[in-house]
Formats: sequence, C-alpha cells, structure tokens
Amino acid sequence: MPDYLPHTEDELSQMLTFLGLSSLDELFTAVPAALRLGRGLNLADGSPEPDVLARMESLGQANRARADRLVCFAGGGAYDHEVPPVVRALAGRSEFVTSYTPYQPEVAQGILQAVFEFQTMVARLAGLPVANASLYDGANALVEGVNLGVAASGRQTVWLSAGVQPHWRSVLRTFAAGTGHVLVDIPLEAGVTRWPEPADHDEAPGVLVVGYPNYLGCLEDLGAARRICDATGALLVVAADPVSAAVLRAPGEWGADVVVGEGQALGTALSFGGPYLGLFAVAQQHVRRLPGRLVGETVDVEGTRAYVTTLRAREQDIRREKATSNVCTNQTLMAIYAAVQLGWLGTTGLHEVALRCARGTRFCRESILALGGIEPITGTTPTVREFAVRTPIAGRLAIERLADEGYLGGLALADLIGDDGDGSVSGDDARHGLLVAVTERRTRSEVEGFVRTLDKVVR
Amino acid sequence: MKAVGGTAVGAAGGRATSAPIMGGAAEPTLFELSQPGRRSWQLRTTGMPEWDVEELVPPAHRRDAPVELAEVSERDLVGHFTRLSARQFSVDLGAYPLGSCTMKYNPKVCDTVAGLPGLAGVHPGAPASLSQGWLQIFVELEEALCEVTGMAAATLQPAAGAAGELTGLLLMRAYHQARGESRHRVIIPDSAHGTNPASVTLGGYETVTVPSDARGCVDLEALRSVLDTDVAGIMLTNPNTLGLFEEDIEAIAGAIHEVGGLLYYDGANLNAILGVVRPGDMGFDIVHMNLHKTFATPHGGGGPGAGPVAVSPRLVDFLPGPRPVRLPDDAPDDFGYLTPPQSIGRVHSWHGNALVLARALTYMEVHGGDGLRRVAERAVLNANWIRRRLADTYDVPFDRPCMHEVVLSAATLRKKFGTKALDVGKRLLEFGFHAPTVYFPLIVDEALMIEPTETESLQTLEALAEALETIAAEAAAGEPLGEAPHSTPVRRVDEARAARTLIPTFDARP
Repeated sequence: MPDYLPHTEDELSQMLTFLGLSSLDELFTAVPAALRLGRGLNLADGSPEPDVLARMESLGQANRARADRLVCFAGGGAYDHEVPPVVRALAGRSEFVTSYTPYQPEVAQGILQAVFEFQTMVARLAGLPVANASLYDGANALVEGVNLGVAASGRQTVWLSAGVQPHWRSVLRTFAAGTGHVLVDIPLEAGVTRWPEPADHDEAPGVLVVGYPNYLGCLEDLGAARRICDATGALLVVAADPVSAAVLRAPGEWGADVVVGEGQALGTALSFGGPYLGLFAVAQQHVRRLPGRLVGETVDVEGTRAYVTTLRAREQDIRREKATSNVCTNQTLMAIYAAVQLGWLGTTGLHEVALRCARGTRFCRESILALGGIEPITGTTPTVREFAVRTPIAGRLAIERLADEGYLGGLALADLIGDDGDGSVSGDDARHGLLVAVTERRTRSEVEGFVRTLDKVVR
Repeated sequence: MKAVGGTAVGAAGGRATSAPIMGGAAEPTLFELSQPGRRSWQLRTTGMPEWDVEELVPPAHRRDAPVELAEVSERDLVGHFTRLSARQFSVDLGAYPLGSCTMKYNPKVCDTVAGLPGLAGVHPGAPASLSQGWLQIFVELEEALCEVTGMAAATLQPAAGAAGELTGLLLMRAYHQARGESRHRVIIPDSAHGTNPASVTLGGYETVTVPSDARGCVDLEALRSVLDTDVAGIMLTNPNTLGLFEEDIEAIAGAIHEVGGLLYYDGANLNAILGVVRPGDMGFDIVHMNLHKTFATPHGGGGPGAGPVAVSPRLVDFLPGPRPVRLPDDAPDDFGYLTPPQSIGRVHSWHGNALVLARALTYMEVHGGDGLRRVAERAVLNANWIRRRLADTYDVPFDRPCMHEVVLSAATLRKKFGTKALDVGKRLLEFGFHAPTVYFPLIVDEALMIEPTETESLQTLEALAEALETIAAEAAAGEPLGEAPHSTPVRRVDEARAARTLIPTFDARP
C-alpha cells in the first residue's frame, strides 16, 4: 500500500476515539448513503515508486520526438534553447517549487522578490513600464490583452493579424464566444499584415493585434499598425517573441499599449507544451486594468524594503464578477525560471542568443533555398527566428521522413493552420509548407546535415 | 510576546522550528548586484557564420542598444537565488494549513518524472506518431480522472482551475446554444471562490448569488426562488468552502435539471471525497479538477496548476479539441488526436500543462484506487481532529463534522481582546507554521480556514493546535498580537503604500 500518509494504526484508533467514532467510514456520514460509491475506484492498485518511475521512463522512450534523439528544428512558439544546469538547480529549489501564492508576504519574500525582478526584466524587454507576475501561456496572455484592449477602448471589434500564432488565434476565438468580441481576421501578403483602411469598415476597431516577429518569422511594420490605432483610438496589442526582442526595436518604442508573449524560450524546457509562461506588459495608463497578479515594492513596519502583491482590488477574490480577469493561479515557477535564465544570460548573453538564432536561421534558410526546388513562402520579406518554405511533397510527409533520419524538421504548416490554409498562408502552400526554427543550440554541421537530408527526402 | 523556542513541543515533522525561521537580512535585487562586464553565460560552439546584427536585422527594426539586464557571475547568481529561497516558506519546510489551497506534501518522484528527457524534451508540435508516449499519458490520465469523478470524458487543456471554470462555462453555453436556447444567468452560492463569479462574467453570463442557510449549505428555498428557464446552470463546490458536504445535493441537482440547467462542480475540494462519492453520481454535468490540490502537483509559489474539465455524456461533443484519443486496432499508431464535432475550440496554446499532468498521473498510479480513498479519509480525519481539539479555544461557526477543512472564527477573540484573525495568522508564522486562510469564506466573520491535509502527522497536528492555543492565551493575556510577527524575514508590510506609490519594477524606484 504505497502512499505518503504518516498515520500509524495506533494513531488512527487514537484519533477516531478522540472524535467519538468507531471507523473511518463514519467520517462521511454527511454524504447521503445513496450517493456513496459503495465500491473501490476502478483503478489499478497502487504501485511502488520505482515501478511507476520505470513505467513513466518507458513512456518517455515511446516519444520519438524527444530533443535528445531528434535534432530539433521545430518552433512555432516553442523553442529548443539552452537551459543550463545552474538555472535548473536554482529555479528547481523546493522552497520555490513547493510554496503557494504569496498571501503571507512576511514569509514569502523569496517568491515576491524573484517575481519583482522578473517583472522588471519583462518590462525592459517589452519597452513598457509595467509587467505582471505571469499568465498561463502565450495564448492566454493574448486573450487577456484583447480583453484589456476592449475594456479600455470601449469597442469590441478586434482586428486580428493572421500572422499571430495560429493556435493563439484559435484560443482567442474560443473565448470570444463568452465575451462577444468580434474578431476580424486580417490576412497577410508576402508574410506581413495588409491592414485595411479603417474608413472601409463600418465599425472602427477597438484593438489591433499583431505579431513581432509574426509566427512565420516575418518582421511586421508596427508603425503602420500604430498609425491605424492613432486614427481610430484602438489599442495596439503586440504578440512579441522575448528572445528576438533582444535585437529588435522594443514594441513599446513602436507604440504598443500592451505586449504579450510566450516566455517558454526563457528557461523553460520544451515540456510538450506546458507549463509555459504567459508574458504581459502594459503602458502606465492601463495598469489598473492589468489581469493577474502584480508584485510591488514597499516597506515593512520597521522601514525595511519588502515586496507584496499589490493593486489587489482588481483581482477576482476581491472584485468577483467585476474583476479584470478570472486568473488566480498563474505560472510563477516558470517566471522564476525566466528570471534566473535572464540573470544567467545578462545583457550580453541574451543579445548573443538572439544574434545566434538570427544567424542560424539565415544560414539554414539560404542553404535550403540554394538547393533549388524548395521555395520561400513569404517572398523576400526579412525574417528572424523562423521561416516558412514550400517543399515538393506534403509537409507532414516531409516531417515523417526527416524523423526517420534523425531530425524534427520543423512543423508542418498544415498541422498549424489546416490543409486549406488561412489568411496567413494559402492552402497549396499550407499543405506543402514547413515552418523551420533554428536556435542558438544548433551547430553548423547539424544544419548542414538537416539541409542535405531535407533535399533527399523531398525528392 | 515571548520569542518562540525550538523545543517547546514534541518533535513534529511538519514544524519549521529553527529560529529565526528563515533568512532575516534583506537581499539586494539582482540589478544591484550587477557589475557591467561580468557574465555567467556559456553557449555551445556552433561554427555558424558570424554575421553582425546589421547584416541580419533591417535598420528600421533594429534595437539601438541592448536590453539592459543584470550582469553577474554564476557564483553571484547562485548566491542571490539561494538567499532568496531562504526567505521563503514552503511545504518542504513546514506544515502549510492554508485552507482551500490543499498544501499537502509533493512527492519527489513526481519531480523526477517531470525532468525525464523523454517527457520534458518533447516539442509540443511534434505529430502524434512521434509523441505516442505523451498521448498515452494523456489518455490514461483522462480515463483515471473520469473514474474518480464519475464522468464520461475530459479535456486536459485548461492550465488552472479558473481556466477550467471558464472552459466549463463555455461548454455550458455551447450546450444550450446547440439546443436553440439562450439563457443568461448562472447561480453561485455566497460561499464560492471569487474565480467563480469572475469566470461567469467572462463566459457571458450574469451571476445570481444565493445565500447559505444556518447550517452553512445552499439555502434550498432561496435557490428554488431564483430558478427559471433563464438559468443556464449552477456552480457548486462540494464539500463547500466551509468544509461542509452539501447534504441536499440530490434535491439541488433535481431542481436545476428540472429547469433545464446544468450543474458545474468546482473541484477545488475534490480531495475530500476521493473514492467516497463522485460528482457524476451526485448529478453534476461538468467538473473541473485542480490537479495541484487534489493530486499533489507542486504549486510553484503561485502556479503552475492544471485544471482538467470532465463532462457527462451529453457534453462530450463540445469538448475542446484536438483531444488525445485511443485509435482503433487497425490504425498505424495506438494514439492520435480527434476534434469533437461541436468543439468549443482550443483553450490552450498546446495540450495543457503537460508536465503537471504527468506528475498527477504518477501520483495516482503510486496511490492506486485504494490509496486515493485513504488520502480522502486521512484528510477528513485530520481536519476533524483539529476542529474538535480547537472547539474550546476558537469559535466554530458551523459546529458539525467537517470534511477536509474546518472554518474557525476569531470573532470572540476580537470582541473580548481585540485580536483579529489576521493577528492569529501572523503570530502563527512565528511558531513555524504557515498561516491559515483568513477572511474567507466571506460569509464567516473573522474566518480562520484550516486545511491540515492528510500528509501531516498527529504530532504536527498537536504542535499546530498547541500553537493556536498559545496564541489564544496570549490574546487573553493582552499580548500585543497586532505587532506580530517579529522573527520573520520581514515584518508586516505596508500594503497601502505599495498600492498608493506603485513600484512594480526596479526602474520605477524613486
């Protein structure tokens, strides 16, 4: 009977006697007899830890796509970056891992200060003054960003660039069923958003959403988006990649009102998609609409510097149905991973990572295009972080064949946007498309091997 | 007030007895430790062409100056975050009787599982054929959660309880819409968590609050008075946030179903009834679970969690997609993805908090069905032991057997001696325990909500009870408990100042 329960048989009887009960079953007399299960749960009996661990290891073996087996060229919002032992050791400390939300600041300064440092780093990356303590993931951050934008502008029409990560767009659509936001999909042309003239639309947008770079790696003209916002009073929500941000002009400098992002690239393992890290930063005037938790600096009764969650009156446990968001649990531990990772990288290291990603991406893209027969999907538009190409065979088939040769050769565009494509990529390109990302972990010889293999499998 | 000694009570494994409990000295921020030119990072040798940034990023898009971050050595980095960790209370350090939050011990084997390269190193966009192990974990977890809750199918996508709530409300919405009905109101008891009403608003519904009766349960008459065909459903926590089982649940379910509404089960307290009674058997249609509570996945200082949502047969077709499923025998793979015909769509960037889900499955497999039942029994036993033991010292607003947690009140202490629930909680920190949840549920005056959890021993319960008795005696003796705590890393913090003069980043410092 493996478990983690401390009670001895003697203690059980002692405690039952203290309560005037004769059996553990009597603890549940409040549960109507007719409802009680009346049998054991139909689950296997408990197994000792070593047996369960062995089984989980064997399930891990069944995952062919693991990054220690297949050289990873997949991106699309999840990237194979270096996470050094020191980051795992520090962020994995059990004081961080096994604590709850910092409701008692007197004994939670460790979490609170680490989150304060995280907020500072995210704000600097975004080029905005305030960042929150995290949200669930990039998609959730986007949903909250749009909710903020609608509340602040008072208009529910959202112009959504098709260059925003396709799953995030899906999530936005799911939640719009509840909020009633009207999502207008704005298609791409050669990889960048072709914004309509506001005058051509009956209803002025309340929010514009655009990726930077967008999910195809293309650099969007944020100035053009800002001009529409200035003309219409809409808020500009930018979905930014935090690594590319180290070489790109900050979204805040472009005039973003809200910057959202996926923070997985900052210290979190690929993890099959979670737990990840929703990044959220805002301009000063929107701070009281911020979703989720916010840590602020203050002092204790002796005047010692201290940290505490603040502007709590926005939050669900106080404002209830009038709260700015329903988020309670967030991704604090991943925020701490990001703070440690960014501490490890520092000013020069983050820049170096972004630079190496851009170098590898260019080298890989140019090598593939030099093969002949594989064409760019986004024309000559400048890309960083990743790029999309059209191969002579179906993207899904290319991924399968590349896996047999030792590569996770990117993502099949059809897996992201379907066989028929969408406003970002046409159906024909979608079916034959591959989205390829190159991080600082990829060596020249890995890229050369991948390009040779790609050439072989698509013929 | 006396300083709290380390050996006043018997050896309790769950009491942090060192004094001072944690690191007292303030830690500078990482930015203050920074020395320009210093570095920790080391990256792989790649042999890639060394193009300059000017050759890679067009001028209009190029940043003028690098993003300024701290520049520290690896040794400084380790010192900084290790010292911060010493200023943080955790389950591993001592008991954490924070009601409603279920801060039980988090088995270490689950950490090992979450770090396995075969799980942690898998890209979420890999096709099903290359991630069969993960899909098997998802499908097995879904099946186990359905057995525990008595439901037909589940989505694992929601990243936390509140995300599960909103997902559940959108399922409710899709269900009514598919039947051509437009309903506008969702009922919530006044004892509910704040996430419930906030989720209701985001789900596009209006909240109708129903009061609790004198026994601490939903007032059935008040409920009946608000029921009509405009009611989309009710959100209930059972056992409720008072730690009490809603004994009238069958009648409640009957009344809601009679007007065509659905029952939503907030699984915050599912840990109390594992293997005893199932939400599906009580009549619920939608159930969210907080895996970080019930199945012991660590809460990470505020997250991550995981909030799977299980549903009854009539809602399966609306579940978020794509769903991991078992494939027929003639398929090339054992597992694949399927999007239900009337799916509400995705609710997560990928598949949910996968590593949290793997931890939960590990926990469930170690315990097995019988072990999960023992978890519920011991949790309820421990809570009732605390209730009985402290009944003479604190008020017990609803004095009858509780489930996994007990709500006490410091109302009498406040009236007689001016000691508030907050003061009790703050003083308890000095005894080596985390404070209980205070001032929740909102319907209890000076609430002290204690959830000991099943992993604390009798010795720890005795030490906790003794500490709370000592605090009550200190209050009676006129000790200035409003000044507590003294021995913690910082003392009471000025929350009003934090909100008034907002300093959310290092750069905002005056």
